[in-house]
Amino acid sequence: MQQLLNTALGGLTLGMVYAAFALALVLIWRSTRVVNFAQAPMAMVTTFVALVIVDAGHSYWLAFAAALASGLVLGAVIERVVVRPVEGGPEINAVILTLGLFIVLHALAAVIFGNRYRSFPAPFGVRGIEVGGTTIALTGFGIFTILAVLVTMGLLLLLFQRTDIGLRMRASAFNPEVARLLGVRVGRMLTLGWALASVVGSLAGLLIAGGSLVHPGYMDSVVVYGFVAAVLGGLDSPFGAVVGGLLLGLALSFVSGYVGSQLVALAALVILMLVLVLRPGGLFAQTAARRV
Amino acid sequence: MPAMLTVTDLAAGYGPVRALDGVSFTAERGRVTAVLGANGAGKTTLLRTISGLHRAERGSVDLDGQRLDRVAAERMPALGLAHVPEGRGVITELTVEENLRLGALGRAGKVDGSDLERVYGLFPVLADRRAATAHVLSGGERQMLVVGRALMARPTTLLLDEPSLGLAPRIVAQIFELLRGLVESESLTVLLVEQNARSALSIAHRGVVLNLGRVVADDDADALAADDQLRHAYLGF
Repeated sequence: MQQLLNTALGGLTLGMVYAAFALALVLIWRSTRVVNFAQAPMAMVTTFVALVIVDAGHSYWLAFAAALASGLVLGAVIERVVVRPVEGGPEINAVILTLGLFIVLHALAAVIFGNRYRSFPAPFGVRGIEVGGTTIALTGFGIFTILAVLVTMGLLLLLFQRTDIGLRMRASAFNPEVARLLGVRVGRMLTLGWALASVVGSLAGLLIAGGSLVHPGYMDSVVVYGFVAAVLGGLDSPFGAVVGGLLLGLALSFVSGYVGSQLVALAALVILMLVLVLRPGGLFAQTAARRV
Repeated sequence: MPAMLTVTDLAAGYGPVRALDGVSFTAERGRVTAVLGANGAGKTTLLRTISGLHRAERGSVDLDGQRLDRVAAERMPALGLAHVPEGRGVITELTVEENLRLGALGRAGKVDGSDLERVYGLFPVLADRRAATAHVLSGGERQMLVVGRALMARPTTLLLDEPSLGLAPRIVAQIFELLRGLVESESLTVLLVEQNARSALSIAHRGVVLNLGRVVADDDADALAADDQLRHAYLGF
């Protein structure tokens, strides 16, 4: 019973991070039809920005805010400088560029920050909370992780559903030409979309790093899990990304807890293949006529 | 106040293909000017070039003294020009009301509820479905939505792209009846691109006939409709 609970709690926490990361991928995919493979190293770079600030003796929260802000800037700059020039060409060009960016950011981070493991602080305890004499696998930092992702999702939902700028962003994603005719500056909306996605990716990076070790490749496996989660929920659906992330987190946690931790990566790939074979549009795919 | 739209010697194309080759005409203030012609005559390219979606190679477009031919498409609503794409231009993922609200965002000045109420008054069927995803609307309702959405920007000039496209004849008649009422009540300058020449001429004051990117006739709508030779050669009725 206790193992079941702990496995579920661990899966929930991990699932929230995957959900955030999947959301970052979906935000970019649905507006620019690009799977941003550079999302992981982008998040890694911003985590290192936070680490530099912490190492300089400043507070965790300042570092946290600086990492998110640098994520915002990094996302916007990459969209403008790297992605914009290939826009209008085949979409595969942009995808290959993000793969190139993956390698470049990795190499740069290794040069600037060093290619070794460094410990990253957590603002809350990373020991399990005691409930009725037994310790459960929910840590203070885990609770913070869950809340941070939930708040971020709530804010994004408000932005997209309740504000004019959100309406402009959705219109630009769904039908850029019609959006332009209605006076929407679509290019700016795409930049903003990349910037926001990058912030969400940075958040995921910070949450993975908290109380753990970071090095230039520490987010690489997360991009795989985040991608699986996004495909699981249907790449077009932010809601699907969140549910996909949670399901994947739980599934992998149970595989790790009951089958064997060495099988986690394999299990993720099996899930990916099953989804692609059985429901290629994702669990929440609407009708195929969506983008007519 | 409705504006006067003047097109002078406009040329545009796709690579080596000339879609417009020296087109000149005037859409008069507060009147409906129909642009007619067969498929491939250059009608849609004309609209796309006027509204800035397609680049002009030569010539000019002028709206009440303001040159439009170097203005980006997204600035047109603020200048009073609304390009109404054919019915497929509804954003199907958004609700009816979101489509309408989007229409008001491009114009200068504040948006208030009165614009929405005005459009719902013109198209009551949209009011009934305001919270529905536009995806569920019929072809006729979609056409009403794109027109209503354009009106949200309080334009002086409407460019209408094939409002009859893909609609059943009964619905086409209904849409044109609505457009006729609109022109009378809203004092707009309308440039109406249509393949359905008979319906278009029934509400137009003037007609411009395009063939292979050139103007082959420019006359009062009645005169065009009465010209048997022209009708058989270019208008197909």
